[in-house]
Amino acid sequence: MGTRLNRAAAGTANYVDERTSIGGFVKFFARKLFPDHWSFMLGEIALYSFIILLLSGVFLTAFFVPSMTIVTYDGPLETMQGVEMSEAFASTLHMSFEVPGGLLMRQIHHWAALLFTAAIVTHMARVFFTGAFRKPRELNWLVGFTLMILSLAAGFSGYSLPDDVLSGNGLRIIEGVTRSIPILGEYISFWIFGGEFPGEILIPRLFTMHILLVPGLILALIALHLFLVFLHKHTQYPGGGRTHKNVVGLPLFPVYTAKAGGFFFVVFGVVALVAALFTINPVWNYGPYDPSPVSAGTQPDWYILFIDGALRLMPGWLFDVIPMEWEFWGYTLSWNLLIPAVILPGLFFGFLALYPWIEAWATGDRGEKHVLDRPRNAPVRTGLGVALITFYVILVMEGSNDIIANLFHLSLNDLTYFFRIGIFVIPVLAFWITRRIAFGLQRKDRELVLHGNETGRIVRHEHGEYIEVHEPLDEQERWLRVGYEDIAPLEIEPEFNDRGVRRKGYRWDRFKQRLSRFYFEQRISPVTPEELEEAQHAHH
Amino acid sequence: MSTVDKPAEDHGAPEAFEDPGLPYHRPRRADVDEKAEKRAERQVAALFGISIVGTVVAIGAYFAIDMSEEIDSIRFANMAIGIGIFLAMIGIGLGAIHWAKTLMRDHEMVEERHELRSSDESREGAIQNLKDGAADSGISGIKRRGLLVGTGVAALLAAPLAILVPQLGNMGADWNTKKFAHTMWRKGMRLTRDPDGTPIKAADVTIGSAFHVIPEGLNDLEHGLIEEKAKAVVLLLRLDPRDLKVQEGREDWSFDGIVAYSKICTHVGCPVALYEQQTHHLLCPCHQSTFDVADGAKVVFGPAKRPLPQLPIAVDDEGYIIAQSDFHEPIGPSYWTRLKNTSDGLSDSTEESSH
Repeated sequence: MGTRLNRAAAGTANYVDERTSIGGFVKFFARKLFPDHWSFMLGEIALYSFIILLLSGVFLTAFFVPSMTIVTYDGPLETMQGVEMSEAFASTLHMSFEVPGGLLMRQIHHWAALLFTAAIVTHMARVFFTGAFRKPRELNWLVGFTLMILSLAAGFSGYSLPDDVLSGNGLRIIEGVTRSIPILGEYISFWIFGGEFPGEILIPRLFTMHILLVPGLILALIALHLFLVFLHKHTQYPGGGRTHKNVVGLPLFPVYTAKAGGFFFVVFGVVALVAALFTINPVWNYGPYDPSPVSAGTQPDWYILFIDGALRLMPGWLFDVIPMEWEFWGYTLSWNLLIPAVILPGLFFGFLALYPWIEAWATGDRGEKHVLDRPRNAPVRTGLGVALITFYVILVMEGSNDIIANLFHLSLNDLTYFFRIGIFVIPVLAFWITRRIAFGLQRKDRELVLHGNETGRIVRHEHGEYIEVHEPLDEQERWLRVGYEDIAPLEIEPEFNDRGVRRKGYRWDRFKQRLSRFYFEQRISPVTPEELEEAQHAHH
Repeated sequence: MSTVDKPAEDHGAPEAFEDPGLPYHRPRRADVDEKAEKRAERQVAALFGISIVGTVVAIGAYFAIDMSEEIDSIRFANMAIGIGIFLAMIGIGLGAIHWAKTLMRDHEMVEERHELRSSDESREGAIQNLKDGAADSGISGIKRRGLLVGTGVAALLAAPLAILVPQLGNMGADWNTKKFAHTMWRKGMRLTRDPDGTPIKAADVTIGSAFHVIPEGLNDLEHGLIEEKAKAVVLLLRLDPRDLKVQEGREDWSFDGIVAYSKICTHVGCPVALYEQQTHHLLCPCHQSTFDVADGAKVVFGPAKRPLPQLPIAVDDEGYIIAQSDFHEPIGPSYWTRLKNTSDGLSDSTEESSH
C-alpha cells in the first residue's frame, strides 16, 4: 500500500514537473526559513480574515439582491410587516431570518471585516514601530498602505449594501462631503449616485465595487505583498547570531505550514464563535433607509469613526467669529467639510505613505536593514508613532462623543471643546512623553549592561561597608542591549565651496540635516566595551 | 550552517562588542522524554477529534433545528451552527499548532541573505538589451523615428478617452446639478405628517410640540420619491410667540409661533431630528450641530455654519398649514455653486417646474 502510494505520488510529481518545472519552486520554498515572533502573526490575521471574508461573502451573494427597487415586506419579522423597503434590505432580512445559518454567515462576514481592518492597522503599527519598512521594504510598505486604504473601501462599500437607515445616513454624509469639493464636487456626486442622492443605482454600483473591483485589487496586491516578503526574506528581531545578512528561523515546511496553516483555522474558529454569540449590525432594528428618521448614539463601523470624529470636531465658526464656510464671487467654499473630511485624512495618510522616505532622509543610511529595531532604540520614530495613534484615537473618541458623554455623564459640548484643543496638544505631549520613556528604557539597558542584575544578596565587606551583589548579564542579554546602531545626525557639506560659490542642492541637504537633528540630536549611545570595563573596575 | 557574520553595522571600532552567535538550544520535554512525546501526540489527536465533533455539531444543528416558526429559534440555530463551526475550526488549528510546537523541529536554522541589487553584469546586460530594442524599433538610436514616437504616444494618451468619455458621461444621468437648489414645496401645498401624509391643522400644533413633515402628495410620486423626500422633509414646531425672535424680512413666514424649518442639516445633510423643547434647540445626532429655533435656527454649536433654511408657511381657509413657496435657498450642505443657484431666479424656476 505504502509503496504503491509513493509510486503514485512520484508519478504525479513527475507528470507535473515535466510540464511546469515545479521542482525548482518546491526546492526553493519548502525549506525557506521564517523567524519566529508573535507580532509576525498580525499580518497573518489580516490575510486569514480576508479569506474568511471571501468564503462567507460568496455565500451572501447567493441570497443578496443588489437592487433599490421598492418592495413591501412580507416575511416572518413582525415589526417589518408591510413596511416599504428596497429589495436590498428585504433580501438582507430574508437571508437573516429565512435562510438557515444565513444570519450566522452575515455576522461572520461583518465580524471578519472588522477584524480585517483592525489586523491591518495593528500589523502596520508593528511594521512602523520596529522599523520593518526600511530598505529594501519601502515599496512593500506602500503596497501594504494601499491594502489598508482598500480595506476601508471594501468595508464601507459592504457596510452600505443592506440599505438600512444607518448606512443610508452614512452615504448621505459621503454625499455631503463629496459636494463640498470645489468646482467638481457637485458633478462627482452626480457621477457616484447617478443623479440626485440617493438615486436608484447606487446599491448595484456599490455591490460591483464590493464584490469584484475592490476584492480583486486586494487579492492582486496581497499576491504582490507576499511575493515581496518571500523575495526580501522576513525581518527578524535582534539577538545573538541575527544580522542584517542572515535569517534565523524555522522552515516553511513543515513548521510554518502547521503553525501558520493552523492559525488560519484558529482565526476562523474565533470569528465563528464571536459571530455565533454576538449580534452585529442588526439592520432589522434600524429599519430600511428613509431620509427622514435618524437615531442618536449610532456609530459607523470603527474604521470610519475617525473621519466622523473629525467632522464633529471641526467648528462651523472659529471662536464664534470667523466663518469656516467662505462665500466669495458667488461661490461657496466649505472649510468645515474640506478640512476634516478631505484635507486632514489626506495629510494623515500621505504622511503614513511617505514615512519610510522621511526617515531615510534623516538617517542618510543606504544599507539594507533586516534586523528590527526595538522601539526604545528609535525614540523619535516611536514618539511619532504614538503621537499619530493618539491623534487618531482622539478623533475616534470625538466620533463617539455622544456615547462617552452618556456613559460618563459629561457634557457633550464640553467634550468637543476639550478635544478641539486636545487634538493639537495631546499628540505633542504623547510624542514628548513617549520619547522620554524610550530614553528611560535605553538608560535602564545601559545600567543593566554596566552593573548587571540586582541579586538581592547583601554582602558586608571587611571594613564594614554593605554592598548588594550584582550579577553581570550573560552575553546574549548584553548583546541585545548593546547591539543597536548609534546613529549620529547628518553632517553636510558647507553652503559655499572654497571659491565662495554657493553649492547646488544645499537647501535640500540643510533640510535633511535639520530632520536628522530632530531625530538624532538627543540620543543614548549603547555601552562600549571600554565603558563596561571601567564600570567593572569601579566595583572591585 | 550556523556560522555567524559580524553585524553589518559594527560601529567600525575594534572595541565594539562581539555578536555572541546563536544562543544555546534547549531541548523540549518531548525531545528527550518518550512519555512526553507520546502525551503530546495524544493531545494533538484529541484536538483533531474535537474538530470532527464540531463538524458533526454544525451539520446536526443545520438539520435538527427547525427555524421556520419563531425568530428565537433562528437565533438558536445560528448559535448552534456557529459553535459547531468554531469547534471544527479551532480543533484543527490548535492541533496543528500544538503538533508544530511540541513535535516538529524547533532548532532554528540559519540562511544567508543576498543583496537584492542585481549584479553589475546583469544590469549592464539589461541596459544593453533595452538599448538594442530601442534602436531596433527606432524609438531612439541612430535612426530615430520621432514622428512615430510622437504620434504613437499621442494616440495612446487619447485612446482611453474613447472609452472613458461615453462611460463616465452616462454615469451621472442628466448632470443637472441645479436640482440641488429646489425641493417640491410649492405655494399652497399642505404640510402633512411623515410618513402617512395626513394634513396638519394649525390648532393641532400645541406649544412645545414638534411634527415631522412631508409635502402633500409626496407619497403619490411614482418617480423620485426618496430623492424628493431627502430634500423636502421639514420640522414644524410651535413656540410661545413671546420666545420667538422673528427674523428680519421673515415677519410673515410663521403663524402664531408656528415655524417650519428644513430638517436637512446644513453641515453634511443628516436629518436634524432631535428637538429640545426647553431650550428650543435642534440637534443633529450625526455631528451635533445645534440650531436655535427661537432665533432663526441659527447655529449655536457644532460644525454647521449656516442656519437651517426656513419654509414660509401660512394657514388656508380650512385651518390647515400650507407652504407659501419653496425654500428661498438650497437646503442641506453647502456646495460650490450654492449661491449661484439661488441668486438668479429661484422663483422663476419654481414656476417653471411646477407644471
